[in-house]
Amino acid sequence: MVRIRNLHFGYSRKRPLFQNLSLTLERGHIYGLLGKNGAGKSTLLKNIVGLAFPDGGTCEVLGQPAARRLPAVLADLFFLPEEIYVPAVTAAKFAEQTAGFYPKFDHEALAHYLGEFEVPAQALLTALSFGQQKKFMIAFALAANTSLLVMDEPTNGLDIPSKAQFRKIVATALTEERCLIISTHQVRDLESLIDTVVVLHGQRIVLNADLGELAERLAFATVPEASGTDLYAEESVRGAQVIRANHGDGAGRVDLELLFNALVGEAPALVSYLSQKQPVHEPAL
Amino acid sequence: MEFKDNEAIYLQIAGYVSELILRGKWPPDSKIPSVRELAGDLQVNPNTVMRTYELLQSQEVVYNKRGIGFFVAPAAVAQVQAARRERFLNQELPEVFGTMLLLGIELPEVQRRYEEFKTTQPQPLSSPVSR
Repeated sequence: MVRIRNLHFGYSRKRPLFQNLSLTLERGHIYGLLGKNGAGKSTLLKNIVGLAFPDGGTCEVLGQPAARRLPAVLADLFFLPEEIYVPAVTAAKFAEQTAGFYPKFDHEALAHYLGEFEVPAQALLTALSFGQQKKFMIAFALAANTSLLVMDEPTNGLDIPSKAQFRKIVATALTEERCLIISTHQVRDLESLIDTVVVLHGQRIVLNADLGELAERLAFATVPEASGTDLYAEESVRGAQVIRANHGDGAGRVDLELLFNALVGEAPALVSYLSQKQPVHEPAL
Repeated sequence: MEFKDNEAIYLQIAGYVSELILRGKWPPDSKIPSVRELAGDLQVNPNTVMRTYELLQSQEVVYNKRGIGFFVAPAAVAQVQAARRERFLNQELPEVFGTMLLLGIELPEVQRRYEEFKTTQPQPLSSPVSR
């Protein structure tokens, strides 16, 4: 679905954002893209959807270079940016005018999603609150029914019930044909929704792994005191939060926040343990 | 559904489904929600629910009719009870024992409270394993 090889990119030559970045994304998954502020999450997404062009390396979507923006590719991909723009028309009118660009657009699904989100179809989009506008665009993005759906911080600006509705709708929208990428820095919003976690740090992808497999390889625990064999440890009021190698004690739950902190803190023991095997969805070249 | 921090979500969903079966909400040979429906209801990734259903299938709690969906196995209640009993006796009970030891609580006190607890239950529990 998405195949990036040795991508180099920077807005200025002096400050490269990505160097030798490689990433493969497949159908049938919801990917969570995590990274610190300024790591380049949005820029990576823009490279994927053809809004930014690689300085070096390749970025292919549906088998074609993203930068070529072929109509056949654009008809099968939808990008929902963090900052959205809506014209002064009603939701119904917008759908009527724009759905034509997406051959698989599902009008019934749109009506259903708008109902779930409680967004009125007959009000001017510009008259809606920011959260309502965002929910409309999320509903539209999902109803476009494209193979690739890229959402940049979709839960920003949503209230608490809307976040729950978002998870519910996205959970039902995934099929074996579709690939969803959601970037976020609100890990808690999405941790039960994504099945694969992708971490962008230090100009490259430092993790692209199935959460189920991570749970089998790593154990997360809160203990009175960290030990020298821990892969990572962080002090907290409840004691030390640690990441350990999981020696066949069954799958626990992955603490994404702790894992993220460990990876962006470049915990050497954890990084070397995880690199003992090729990351799950990254075939050896 | 609120998920606990210390157990994989697919296992927690397996516990939830098992409980519905034990309580008779999903009777034997009835069709259970599709992977997508349950994923939507619980707001979780459908691949996670698929993993739950595969686990329950391997435990012979549910069975798959190709192209139609998943159904509650005829002997599901017995299977679930056996699994829950194992889990309670081997995992949960030792934790309770640990706390009892720490606080110096002896069995007679627990016994007395258990008898009291049983009288407060609205109906006699048909299964020995309800939470």
